[in-house]
Amino acid sequence: MAIDMSQFYQVFFEEAAEHLASMEALLLAIDPGAPDPEEVNALFRAAHSIKGSSGTFGFQDMMEVTHILETMLDRVRKGEAPLTDDMVDASLVSGDVLKNLLAAHRGEEEADREAAEAICHRLEALCRALDAPVPVPVTAPPAATPVTGFDLFFSLVGDHAAEAECLAHLIAELGSFGAVETIEAPGPGSPNCQLRIFTEVDAEVLRGVLDFVADGATLRVESFTGAAGDNEAYGFFGDLDEQPTTEWRTSDDAYGFFEPLPAVSSAVVEEAYGFFDEAEVANLLTRQQAAEPYGFFTELPPLDDVPVETAYGLFEPVPVAASVQAAAPMAPKVAEEAPAPVPSPVVAKKPSARAVGAGDSGSIRVSVEKVDQMINLVGELVITQAMLTQAASNVDPVIFERLINGLAQLERNTRDLQESVMSIRMMPISVVFSRFPRVVRDLSQKLGKQVELKTIGETTEMDKSLVERITDPLTHLVRNSLDHGLETPEKRRAAGKPETGTITLSAYHQSGNIVIEVGDDGAGLNRARILAKAKERGMAVSDAMADQDVWQLIMEPGFSTAEQVTEVSGRGVGMDVVKKNISAMGGRIELDSMTGVGTRITVRLPLTLAILDGMSVGVGLETYIIPLGYVMESMQPERGMMKSVSGVERLIQVRGEYLPVICLHDVFRIQGAITDWSKGIMVVLEADGQSAALFIDQLIGQHQVVIKSLEANYRRVPGIAGATIMGDGRVALILDVPLLVSMARRVLPAAA
Amino acid sequence: MLQAAQSATVNESEESGFAQELLTFTLGAEEYAIDILKVQEIRGYDAVTTIANAPSFIKGVINLRGTIVPIVDLRIKFAVGVAEYTPFTVVIILNIGGRVVGMVVDAVSDVIALKPEQIRPAPDFASSVDTAYIMGLGALGERMLIVVDIERLMLSSEMALVDDVVH
Repeated sequence: MAIDMSQFYQVFFEEAAEHLASMEALLLAIDPGAPDPEEVNALFRAAHSIKGSSGTFGFQDMMEVTHILETMLDRVRKGEAPLTDDMVDASLVSGDVLKNLLAAHRGEEEADREAAEAICHRLEALCRALDAPVPVPVTAPPAATPVTGFDLFFSLVGDHAAEAECLAHLIAELGSFGAVETIEAPGPGSPNCQLRIFTEVDAEVLRGVLDFVADGATLRVESFTGAAGDNEAYGFFGDLDEQPTTEWRTSDDAYGFFEPLPAVSSAVVEEAYGFFDEAEVANLLTRQQAAEPYGFFTELPPLDDVPVETAYGLFEPVPVAASVQAAAPMAPKVAEEAPAPVPSPVVAKKPSARAVGAGDSGSIRVSVEKVDQMINLVGELVITQAMLTQAASNVDPVIFERLINGLAQLERNTRDLQESVMSIRMMPISVVFSRFPRVVRDLSQKLGKQVELKTIGETTEMDKSLVERITDPLTHLVRNSLDHGLETPEKRRAAGKPETGTITLSAYHQSGNIVIEVGDDGAGLNRARILAKAKERGMAVSDAMADQDVWQLIMEPGFSTAEQVTEVSGRGVGMDVVKKNISAMGGRIELDSMTGVGTRITVRLPLTLAILDGMSVGVGLETYIIPLGYVMESMQPERGMMKSVSGVERLIQVRGEYLPVICLHDVFRIQGAITDWSKGIMVVLEADGQSAALFIDQLIGQHQVVIKSLEANYRRVPGIAGATIMGDGRVALILDVPLLVSMARRVLPAAA
Repeated sequence: MLQAAQSATVNESEESGFAQELLTFTLGAEEYAIDILKVQEIRGYDAVTTIANAPSFIKGVINLRGTIVPIVDLRIKFAVGVAEYTPFTVVIILNIGGRVVGMVVDAVSDVIALKPEQIRPAPDFASSVDTAYIMGLGALGERMLIVVDIERLMLSSEMALVDDVVH
């Protein structure tokens, strides 16, 4: 049985995607004129991690791209070359290429080989431009005398039965660096393994390869001492001469700890793979701490052995901090140089650029399923609690005082519990907003506009499912603002406005809704042109229409006033799709615009998809829920309002408009419902721009209901969108209003 | 006599060790048996919300601790017994491949173990139930148990419980 590498693929994909995301954020934040060395280091590390892991997993294409990228970044990192705009651009593009390749390996997209080759050439050209020849060993500095080889000590991860296979793969992999000799192969009793490799590549590269197969706690890479003299250092230790100490201290690699020591002749390099969740890494850490002092210190020849701890968790902020802490007890020499509470100063110096990833500090990954199950159970608890309270409302409060007090406390606790459980699904909207700097940067370059993006209220939280679904519509709105809203710098100057336009993204909570605004200070919508276009398309418009109604026209399908269709937008598909998507989420979209001042698009969404504001209505003995967003008004019809067509009353006249009538008891064949128009209630509904009146017996009330799936155990029912559980524990069905309204238009049910 | 027959079964099954545990229930005068591993729980009939335009044997849905569960009245489906609902009406909640379905029966009798040789193949005959869903007829003294392949029955298009026919 061979070790099935594919079992680790998913982890690799996630890790690589995270590294790419942080790389992009760093690139966007970096100032090419005066790059923060920390940021450059972080960039390099991200590229390096991707390279190392993609190499191990055999994703050759990704490795090729990252290798060149890494080489280039390495030069910058060491201060051998200045960072240029061109480099940042090229790095961003290579990030895109890598994303594409990653998606291709996941089987989601077609790999764009041409783009990959193009970027390789571009990066290579950039590297060549940096006068000196690019050394192939990535981190080997010219100053250092390369050691002739390394001894690798490790034990393999995972299934011992598969070790031989795994080892064979590993040796083949290492073979690409130089000759490999097996000194100790793992046997049934001992998983330990020792290899000797004659190579000039850096120890770090080797560790990158080993990370994925070797147990991090046991992995050691030692210089093969034969040829290395006392004063010779590792490739990367040579760096120390060139780099200021402080920089090294703040770097995740934590090599800096050892800088004040005399030249190192041999080093023990420790690196764990942070390829698993934090939780697991934490376990690893505890194990390591428990294992100190390390047995292998004694095995070594009497040289100045220095254990070097490099980042855990593939350089993720949290585990790194932890690893520094873990390193402290393990390296007594460190403690001498920097007194006991080493971790805190080091951690404190973590660069602010890390803010990107800082959001997931101390988090655990839990499947959404588990959270949803918890939300369900808490919902049940709330219903049970309501039942208890109702049952206790009849007892004598004097005799059962303690019971009543207890119930009141239970109510508070359940409410708190429900709130905190619901908040687990909530995510800050910064997750969505964070992608826009890139969108704006690329587009403004393409369009030759100068744009500044402002974001407000990034910490506003919304349901995870909404976050996923709002991204596309919002991207569309931002692109629209950039393309149509903002003018070119010349036009802006002519209009007496600053050349740089501003796009403002803001989010806030308002009365149980989340409001997201996309604003620009551009030219505003052109009322006359929209009206002209609408007339041209034969829409029913008049010049006297209110501004609000005019603006709504641009959300009609196929409506575009753009003078020319650009690559970005203007094809007239878009705003209608945006509107449709947002209404599908139970939200609304509004436009405000002032000529010459700008446009603001306001999107209102419910906080969560799982909860719905509903109106409960009664028909016969049944209770149904109508999502409140569709309800325009309700009224008691008078006989005169009903109009008949071909002998059947099927229209109602409401304020001069004729609306088709849907009799819910007919559609659902409910017995015992009111059939006399004047005794029931008409609810005017609007969905997808169409209106209809729904005839029901009575209005019961307005509730927030938790949406439950009917399809989980049953099947789809036409006219029913879902189910919910009412306060008394009964099930009520939620009406599928868009379907009912369109049904009224297509097949009019026979009236009562 | 019934008791004697039952204890005899228990003894026999202990000897053979290959017996299948079945839950038996009655519909009118008929006795049915289903694989007990498909049964999640047994509860009373209560607070059913009807579903529009569903077949008459689908009574509606109930709230089973937060899950919406459809309820089927087998008495109507099999056209046996009288479909009336009292506080003593019993619902067997089944868990079939992750889907939870409730079925109304007249009464739940007991759990018995039947060895394969005690289950005779059912002859083809016309009935309101397709014989394809009958795994066999269990002989237990004087009693005849109709052993139903409940999973196949509940997932069949005939029951209209699932969107598409699974089989």
